[in-house]
Amino acid sequence: MNIAGNSIDRGEVERFGRMAARWWDERGPMAPLHKLNPVRVGYIRDQVAAHFGRDPLTLGSLADLRILDIGCGAGILSEPLARLGATMVGVDPAEENIAVARAHADEQDLTIDYRATTAEAVAEGGETFDVVLAMEVVEHVVNVEEFVATCASMVKPGGLMIAATLNRTLKSFALAIVGAEYVLRWLPRGTHQWDKFVTPRELERAIEATGLDVIGERGVIFNPLADRWQLSSDMDVNYMLVARKEGQHAVPENAVGISE
Amino acid sequence: MPNSQANRVDLIIGGAGFAGLALAIALRQALGERFAITVADPALAQTPSKDPRSTAIAAAARRLFEAIGVWDAVADGAQPILDMVVTDSKLDDAVRPTFLTFGGDVEEGEPFAHMIENRHLIDALVACAKDAGIDLRATAVASFDTAPNSVTALLADGSEIKARLLVGADGARSAIREHAGIAFHGWSYNQSGIVTTVAHERPHHGCAEEHFLPAGPFAILPLTGNRVSIVWTEASHEADRIVALPDEEFHAELEKRFGLHLGDIKVVGPRRAFPLGLYTARSFIGERLALIGDAAHVIHPIAGQGLNMGLRDVAALAEAIADAARLGLDIGGLQVLERYQRWRRFDTMTMGVATDGLNKLFSNHSDVLRLARDVGLGMVERVPALKRVFIREAAGITGDVPKLMRGEMV
Repeated sequence: MNIAGNSIDRGEVERFGRMAARWWDERGPMAPLHKLNPVRVGYIRDQVAAHFGRDPLTLGSLADLRILDIGCGAGILSEPLARLGATMVGVDPAEENIAVARAHADEQDLTIDYRATTAEAVAEGGETFDVVLAMEVVEHVVNVEEFVATCASMVKPGGLMIAATLNRTLKSFALAIVGAEYVLRWLPRGTHQWDKFVTPRELERAIEATGLDVIGERGVIFNPLADRWQLSSDMDVNYMLVARKEGQHAVPENAVGISE
Repeated sequence: MPNSQANRVDLIIGGAGFAGLALAIALRQALGERFAITVADPALAQTPSKDPRSTAIAAAARRLFEAIGVWDAVADGAQPILDMVVTDSKLDDAVRPTFLTFGGDVEEGEPFAHMIENRHLIDALVACAKDAGIDLRATAVASFDTAPNSVTALLADGSEIKARLLVGADGARSAIREHAGIAFHGWSYNQSGIVTTVAHERPHHGCAEEHFLPAGPFAILPLTGNRVSIVWTEASHEADRIVALPDEEFHAELEKRFGLHLGDIKVVGPRRAFPLGLYTARSFIGERLALIGDAAHVIHPIAGQGLNMGLRDVAALAEAIADAARLGLDIGGLQVLERYQRWRRFDTMTMGVATDGLNKLFSNHSDVLRLARDVGLGMVERVPALKRVFIREAAGITGDVPKLMRGEMV
């Protein structure tokens, strides 16, 4: 095997490979997130396809769209979107998450631009995206208004921002107390603090303050009988929201060879 | 070292029977050229197919073949079953009282089943698969290795193919199922079905007959022209004896059961005896593996539901895979496989138990049981609503039906 000029340390790769197996083990600690994934990927795909005039049922439905996944973890969301053709940038402040994500994408023959950094740093670099995703991260940030403004600043004119988070209601409080498995336990205990949850009204206000228009919102509920998540009008616990930035959107007709 | 670089595809299917080919075509149509599929089966070397058997295609199965675009190619050679007669009698009864007849339409103008010769359908499926650009290999999946993100199939010709998912569609004695260590539970009925094709003098008018003789059901199923396919149940040792008889004696045994209502008869196909049993795989799925068709379950042919069940597997698995692929998700992942298994296992068990009960009820010499089943059939005959339920059930269009079985694309 030719490893000349390859800066990757084999020991590191193997170590991260083992961790990737944990993150990506559908029966492992991230099982609930894997179960949630089809619903949120479906929502993103359908919203983005409808907005940009794509057929959601073709395998390349997101081709040539530049998408930012904030808080990408080990890439459970970034990978399927990349497979649908999106040009993905995944950011997560945790170095080890990014290393795991890179190792796994490599194994899948997927090209994803993973960076161990913050949304703020990307925004400061002046990069923009057709779609900015803040899935399951809003409830972790210190200042919702500032975070939303950062996200919005990276959306291209005519582009979309999509967020998913937890509502601050009595129901979610009760579920937080009992630690209901498919609601709050996919991250280490203590990661979610109920008083940091954000109501849809608060999130809408924060988004509209940046000049974006909220164009859709949907609840997500867990159906224990079918053992799966589904979209619902019930936004009491988990919900998703999509917002649009004014302006003429220009998708490159042919992404190959475009330089800025 | 040959093939150290394994070929990479999305899906590899071991077995090019109805189920394997239909799955490949359905997925290729749903997902396009970006979705790479390999189908491996030594039988692919034999074109045209020489399979002498015939199969009942229920309405739902026909809708699937229509949806994937192969029905037109075989429609001319398919005989609609326009009527069905069920009788219950001892072998020497002079007249077989008719207890049940079906005017066989599911919907106006849609017969509940067609009879078709296997070779026609296989040839049409192979041609369609070729046109669709599916990679067909005339060799078997000899074994396979599973890794966390992929499965590598080792073919009998020495080549290797790496895929996200392996589908075992290689029949009741599935080598893939065996290699995966999945047990196949069930029992033999100690009965065999003697199968052959019979030509006759007078037209059958599309009428299927099922005679519940003491040794078990004797079915006469219309083919195109003045020909029928028969499925003749006997105790296995008796079936083997009958199949081995000289032509004249075989003819005499056949005529005794067939009757004279279609005039003179003549055996025009090879005759074979197939042991009958009820088997189901302990699991329909494994790591990066799904079993479909006879590899997953074998039932008694009494109700003609074997193929229909296999195609339900196809429709359910195709839908689960297509939905996942369109979300960019791993098609060989646990969620896809569990969805398939949940969808199919209950249905399969129900059908298996129902056909088993039916066979036990009818393969019996007891006069009490005979009276009971005659009263039962007589009641079904007299209550149109109940009969309609039976017809729809036989046509395979009840329950949580996957899209392809409703004639829709996945």
